[in-house]
Amino acid sequence: MSNFIDLFFNLDIMGQAWPLLFKGLIITLKLCAVVIGLGVVGGLLLALGALSPRRWLKWPAVGFIDLFRALPPLVLLIFVYSGLPFAGLDLSPFMAVVIAFFLNNSAYFAEVFRAGIQSVPKGQTEAARATGLGAAQTLIQVVLPQAVRNVLPDLLSNTVEVVKLTSLASVVSLSELLYSANMARSVTYNSSPLVLAALIYLAILWPLVRLISRYQRGIAVH
Amino acid sequence: MIEINKLEKCFGDTQVLTSIDLRVNRGELVFVIGPSGSGKSTMLRCCNRLEEPTSGSILLDGEHVTDCRGRALDRMRLKIGMVFQGFHLYPHKSVLANVMLAQVKALKRSRSEAEARAMEMLDHVGLAHKASAMPSELSGGQQQRVAIARALALDPKVMLFDEPTSALDPELVGSVLKVMKQLRDEGMTMVVVSHEMNFAREAADRVVFMDGGVVVEVGTPEEIFGNPKSERLRAFLSRLQPSGA
Ligand SMILES: Nc1ncnc2c1ncn2[C@@H]1O[C@H](COP(=O)(O)OP(=O)(O)OP(=O)(O)O)[C@@H](O)[C@H]1O
Ligand SMILES: [Mg+2]
Repeated sequence: MSNFIDLFFNLDIMGQAWPLLFKGLIITLKLCAVVIGLGVVGGLLLALGALSPRRWLKWPAVGFIDLFRALPPLVLLIFVYSGLPFAGLDLSPFMAVVIAFFLNNSAYFAEVFRAGIQSVPKGQTEAARATGLGAAQTLIQVVLPQAVRNVLPDLLSNTVEVVKLTSLASVVSLSELLYSANMARSVTYNSSPLVLAALIYLAILWPLVRLISRYQRGIAVH
Repeated sequence: MIEINKLEKCFGDTQVLTSIDLRVNRGELVFVIGPSGSGKSTMLRCCNRLEEPTSGSILLDGEHVTDCRGRALDRMRLKIGMVFQGFHLYPHKSVLANVMLAQVKALKRSRSEAEARAMEMLDHVGLAHKASAMPSELSGGQQQRVAIARALALDPKVMLFDEPTSALDPELVGSVLKVMKQLRDEGMTMVVVSHEMNFAREAADRVVFMDGGVVVEVGTPEEIFGNPKSERLRAFLSRLQPSGA
């Protein structure tokens, strides 16, 4: 038993590994911020494109969304990291991860935004346009606030997925949280750093997951 | 004030409006009746281009509504208030914010000016005390009066009403009709699509009867209800009031 605690919950080793893991955590958080930021903006634009009556906008947007929702993110990542240099594009691991996950994540956000926008009754847009608001004003002031509120649990779930997704970046040697923990494990021959990394993921995601079930319960009650 | 000339509207292959000609004078209340599917809503919605006319022209004070595009159309819509059967208040905004939004964003009034005007209009429809409520906390009749205040706050030249009381419980209809009557007495130009025939008798200057996408008959309430000329109008009225009252 003490052997088990020694291997997985060794506080000394956790303490030694902490500075390394902390650096990894910072990279993970940066990655999340960039990917989520770009994903939300890109997803919103893609959703608007997909809902547009103009075919030259709609068709490419729908194609993009379908393609990158269907491709496994790990395949995308390895392709961007190892495939694009052949096309003369040399990317840092960080940029490769950002691009790959942006492609994946914006497609997912687009689907959520599309569902949200479609859930707002047409009468809302008509009432706004009838009072002289322009298309953009109507979208920002009237449609989006309601759309976001209607799909908030899905937007949050997507955010949780991004945080989990970033651990894949260890595959391309980006020293984010999981990669750093694995480094520490291989140096110390002890799994405690991995346990610590898992606890950190849990600390970040558990509140979000709780929040999501609260919202979903709230919706079910209504 | 409003001039509709040879208005036609098709949805795909089905023609919904055929050569509609209608003039509405300043300060007049024109009431539009007709069976379901006769094109009343479509005609009203063409007047502010929520529906795109297939052909024909609509003028407001001599200005072409049908030629406007982009920002010019948005500015034109400021002069045309519209009230819908389903109210369509913004559920995420307070009553006051509902009435202020277009004033600030489309009319570019300052917030304080817009708020003052909004309170004035809410007072006008008897709901100043509900300014900070959310729409979901109001009855249907109250919501519709807020929707009227929202349109009025933009100082429109004409108000279009599409079955403003049809979604209301009978006991709430009166409060909305009272506000509309008051508007008429203040000289607002109004086009009202409604099934409230008693209101038409009391308040309308002229009544338009539509059927099958054409204007069949136009006249004073006395002429339309008391002495209907066309067979179709007689049939419509007798279906409405089998007792013949
Ligand atoms: N967006 C649309 N696409 C296709 N057909 C439509 C559309 N809107 C209306 N129509 C058709 O046009 C005709 C006229 O509809 P409209 O809503 O103007 O009638 P209405 O007189 O207002 O009827 P009601 O009293 O039921 O409101 C109907 O046959 C309807 O089915
Ligand atoms: Mg109608």
